[in-house]
Amino acid sequence: MSALDLIAFATTALAGHRLRSALSLLGVAIGVAAVVLLTALGEAARAYVVGQFEALGTNLLIVIPGRTETSGGLPGVGKPPHDLTLGDAEALRRGIAQARHVVPVVIGTERVAHQGRQRDAIIVGTTHEFLAVRRLGVGIGGFLPPLEQRRSLPVVVLGSKLAAELFPGQNPLGRIVRIGGWRMRTIGVLVPRGVQLGLNLDEIALVPVGTGMRMFDRTSLFRILIELGAHTELEAARERARAIIRERHGEEDVTCLSQDAVLGAFSSILGALTAALAGIALVSLSVAGIGIMNVMLVSVSERTAEIGLLKALGARRRQVLAAFLAEAVLLALAGGVLGLLAAAGAGQAVSWYVPALQIRPPAWAVAAALGLSVGAGALFGLLPALRAVRLDPVAALARAGG
Amino acid sequence: MIELEEVWRTYRLGGEPIHALAGISERIEAGEHVAIMGPSGSGKSTLLHVLGCLDRPTAGSYRLDGQDVTQLEDDALAELRGHRIGFVFQAYHLVARLSAEANVELPMVFLGVPRGERRRRAAAALEAVGLLDRRRHRPAELSGGQRQRVAIARATVMRPRLLLADEPTGNLDSAAGAQVLDLLDQLHAEGITLVVVTHDPEVARRAGRVLVLRDGRVAARLAGSELGGLERALGRGKPGP
Ligand SMILES: Nc1ncnc2c1ncn2[C@@H]1O[C@H](COP(=O)(O)OP(=O)(O)O)[C@@H](O)[C@H]1O
Ligand SMILES: [Mg+2]
Repeated sequence: MSALDLIAFATTALAGHRLRSALSLLGVAIGVAAVVLLTALGEAARAYVVGQFEALGTNLLIVIPGRTETSGGLPGVGKPPHDLTLGDAEALRRGIAQARHVVPVVIGTERVAHQGRQRDAIIVGTTHEFLAVRRLGVGIGGFLPPLEQRRSLPVVVLGSKLAAELFPGQNPLGRIVRIGGWRMRTIGVLVPRGVQLGLNLDEIALVPVGTGMRMFDRTSLFRILIELGAHTELEAARERARAIIRERHGEEDVTCLSQDAVLGAFSSILGALTAALAGIALVSLSVAGIGIMNVMLVSVSERTAEIGLLKALGARRRQVLAAFLAEAVLLALAGGVLGLLAAAGAGQAVSWYVPALQIRPPAWAVAAALGLSVGAGALFGLLPALRAVRLDPVAALARAGG
Repeated sequence: MIELEEVWRTYRLGGEPIHALAGISERIEAGEHVAIMGPSGSGKSTLLHVLGCLDRPTAGSYRLDGQDVTQLEDDALAELRGHRIGFVFQAYHLVARLSAEANVELPMVFLGVPRGERRRRAAAALEAVGLLDRRRHRPAELSGGQRQRVAIARATVMRPRLLLADEPTGNLDSAAGAQVLDLLDQLHAEGITLVVVTHDPEVARRAGRVLVLRDGRVAARLAGSELGGLERALGRGKPGP
């Protein structure tokens, strides 16, 4: 008996009870779609959060004035920390060999205005290297020019949304905006980037760090970002940074943050979420498997006489089993493929409505869903038939009025 | 050639054992036409099932063409049933979802006959029973007599040497029954060994030999022509005219 004959025979059997086959097909399809879609959703959520952090780079060390680690004394009690200065930034740049970029940042809020249009915006004073460290892009014009850090220069780069609000339908390049009491020339507009860790990058204005410190009358930086060549250099760089600051300030009055800890925690939480979703989905898949078993069980008890007939006509046990196996596997496979298609469609729909969630079913989930449905189909298809083929043909024939 | 020696078939359903066959010893030569008669429950079907290797005797030996089949494995029996024995059931046992042609092809599918050859032989077998024009019909679209002729085509498509029929005309009116019997006669004339279970003396009359069963034993052996003796053996002899 050839494989083609086997499939043809199984197909006539499935077509013979169309409604029952269709229902069980649907059950498998829903099970497979659930597995694939739920795990894909979990994965997409994880990828989204990880992406948020990675946009800042996992090789990033952030130096913040003040010691937040608990090493004694009450917070806010004792002498205030030393200023974190541009000199400190320069020293860190020279002292940390692994540093790719060292970027001082000062932050304040100011009113930004142009010809009667105005709004409050977060002003970030920084250097040209901020572009690379925050993975920003320039839409039109240029970014902050490389400057000697203490120098002030009245130029500004606007976030895309801020630019659109101040200059609706106009080209902002070369135009003067007012920031507080300062007149600044617009030299560039960022590409839209959206909210990153709570800061809407489309609504900020970037100015040279020297200008920013004067604008806000600050003596201390908000923080210093240090991007390293590789993640593995993080710990060595952290030690180096502490040593340099200790030497310059006479004490270690800064905090050096990195993102791994936070990222790791988020990632494992979301990994657990995915696993939980996969678990729920697996339950629905096993329900589908039981559906197949029901179909095959009914099919076999209804067709025990047919099994007897096939044996009476000379079919061997193994051939009869193969025929029933082919039937169950065909059903499971068709249901599985249908489920994958449905999941792909639903995933597209989700990605369409929520662009931030890119639904890409993990390959393991696709493989597991298909494998499990076919496996369950085979097992549950075979079990009922196993009993029937052991009967002598007369015994099987007698089971139903054929 | 069939040789039965002290064949028993005993059913145990909790209480008393039921001996459907109680020590049957019989010889049927190749090419014979034998009818099996007897009251209901006398073991006719059981005997035919044993002869057809659809059932195994509880005790005794059954030699088919010199080979003891009581010791054979399931697959070896399947081989015998496929190639050497054809079986026709009272209830036809056609597969409802398959066309007449596909039903006739069914044994060949499982016995590994190539597709083209299958088509050809199924067509020839349907032609021989006069149903070539109905080959695409499903059993539900055929009359009882037509169904039984499809079943005969299926039973003979592998050219078996032994054809067993269990009340093949039991569900048919006399016209359809006669058509089926003519077919069986024709197959016998072509050399097949034919064993037919029947209630009908008219059917038995066509056989060369009649075995009369009672309570699982052979109560009488008659020539087909000795119908008077047959009536007496069945215990319902009509008074002569
Ligand atoms: N599967 C079975 N289980 C129990 N008893 C059976 C079974 N098949 C047949 N019998 C019994 O065996 C005896 C012979 O049955 P059977 O060969 O069908 O008789 P017949 O065909 O002559 O009417 C009867 O008494 C019947 O009840
Ligand atoms: Mg009977």
